[in-house]
Amino acid sequence: MPTTAPATHSLGEVTASDSTLRRFLHGLPGVDTVGLEARAASLGTRSIKTTAKAYAIDLAISMVDLTTLEGADTPGKVRALGAKAVHPDPTDRATPSTAAVCVYPDMVPAAKEAVAGSSVKVASVATAFPAGRAALDVKLADVRDAVDAGADEIDMVIDRGAFLAGKYMKVYDEIVAVREASGAARLKVIFETGELSTYDNIRRASWLGMLAGADFIKTSTGKVAVNATPANTLLMLEAVRDFRAQTGVQVGVKPAGGIRTSKDAIKFLVLVNETAGADWLDNHWFRFGASSLLNDLLMQRQKLATGRYSGPDYVTVD
Amino acid sequence: MSEKSDKTEQQRLSVFKTYKLYVGGKFPRSESGRVYDVTDSKGKWLANAPLSSRKDARDAVVAARKAFGGWSGATAYNRGQVLYRVAEMLEGRREQFVREVADAEGLSKAKATVLVDATIDRWVWYAGWTDKIAQVVGGGNPVAGPFFNLSSPEPTGVVTVLAPQESSFLGLVSVLAPVIATGNTAVVIASEKSPLPALSLGEVLATSDVPGGVVNVLSGRTAEIATPLAAHQDVNAIDLAGADDVLAKELEIAAADNLKRVLRPQPVGEVDWSTTPGLDRMTAFLETKTVWHPTGALGASGSSY
Repeated sequence: MPTTAPATHSLGEVTASDSTLRRFLHGLPGVDTVGLEARAASLGTRSIKTTAKAYAIDLAISMVDLTTLEGADTPGKVRALGAKAVHPDPTDRATPSTAAVCVYPDMVPAAKEAVAGSSVKVASVATAFPAGRAALDVKLADVRDAVDAGADEIDMVIDRGAFLAGKYMKVYDEIVAVREASGAARLKVIFETGELSTYDNIRRASWLGMLAGADFIKTSTGKVAVNATPANTLLMLEAVRDFRAQTGVQVGVKPAGGIRTSKDAIKFLVLVNETAGADWLDNHWFRFGASSLLNDLLMQRQKLATGRYSGPDYVTVD
Repeated sequence: MSEKSDKTEQQRLSVFKTYKLYVGGKFPRSESGRVYDVTDSKGKWLANAPLSSRKDARDAVVAARKAFGGWSGATAYNRGQVLYRVAEMLEGRREQFVREVADAEGLSKAKATVLVDATIDRWVWYAGWTDKIAQVVGGGNPVAGPFFNLSSPEPTGVVTVLAPQESSFLGLVSVLAPVIATGNTAVVIASEKSPLPALSLGEVLATSDVPGGVVNVLSGRTAEIATPLAAHQDVNAIDLAGADDVLAKELEIAAADNLKRVLRPQPVGEVDWSTTPGLDRMTAFLETKTVWHPTGALGASGSSY
């Protein structure tokens, strides 16, 4: 299945104007929906057992962006989350730390303090998350706030309204502006795939995000009905693979929302390995946006270590 | 159609029943895809039953845990009504259970009927206890201080029940009903040799307002399923009624790790399921919560009221 962009384009010229960008995005090959879903489903049937499973669980733990994005977040909750991110299982110090904690901008200072001295990064959502319905200068101020507070990573949302209305250049310019405002922080661009309606749109959004300089492309906010699915993640993995083949630039992928069990997480890792390749099997290039997933991974890890099934009484209540 | 079959009365094709597990309110096959032959007391094949694996056991515990909040939180009165409804449904399927019990235990139809009737009565008996047990084993305690001191029984949580091996239906209900009457949820391992009445009971439960996951029925090798369940950290108690001495000891050791409540089996010869059971099987899986409620500072009159 050819998924690359037409080779005649030089990607530099693509973003020259609204019309060239539109021509490029609409020139991307259409997605074979049935084939995509069947491929994602068939890769989900791989049996990962014993040592491979132990490796996959530790890898998945190290890839978790431990997330709390509630109106009810308190500094205390964020501190607890930070402590959990650093030592997910205090009874077993061999458990790897998670990749990051992901919080709202005003909670960044509390999160920074909680993970100080560890490898855990602090990611902050910004740009009027989750709806993204605000003026550009408000969004940029939101981003600068988070960066000034010390966020290592910025999770921005695209303007889905503009995207669906076909104003691709507006979306592009916004991502570029946020990219600049983020400075040294890595930028994750959230498409909210559940609101983009079609796989073709997800492919277009992926290329648009990557052209605008995203360090990561991320499926969803976790705030709508449909979040990360194997199929839409597979599609995005194909996009980052093809983007690197064409430009040499590697972009990360972050499925977020709806991944709750170790089994699901391992399916996603299989997708990564079989689609993008082993280069992406690292928390610098692949993340899970999740909260309850970590507990299930820890329970599975305890099961492998002790031979006994564990239970929710033996992990934290978040 | 040949002419021959037109003459004789037409033979109907047998409609064999596929017995399945009952987990989380659904009827799955074993995750392992395995089945085993179930025979009657004379060795004649009756049906294939699912041969559950430890993963089925794990799934059953997840379902039971999920159902625990709702079931233990339901009013005792409501639980009683639901359990009585189960008895009503059992009554409607009386013929089927008589046949299955007769086959499983090698009894005449008359004897099996007596057993099934006793079983349904047993279920009604426990249904009646749901909103009475608290008065009997709980209550106010006289304490030397200005407190109301109240004790009330609370369900333990997820209980693994090894159903008796010999008594496939009366024995099963006699160990299952007391567990769920008080608000626990159960993972039941059916009699290894005769699991069919237990699997059919799952169908009754599914059609009688018992929320999915409150009772989960597994069939297969008792030792194979019970071992991971006894060690499972999310199981709060285990009833070893269906274990022999060797297995019971092994399971009790495994159960010690997270301090499960363990109900030891009675010696096989000494069990008579037909006698009135008493409260022991209910209280075995209850915990007592005691609340000290201050009555306030005593005023000059001797009371603040």
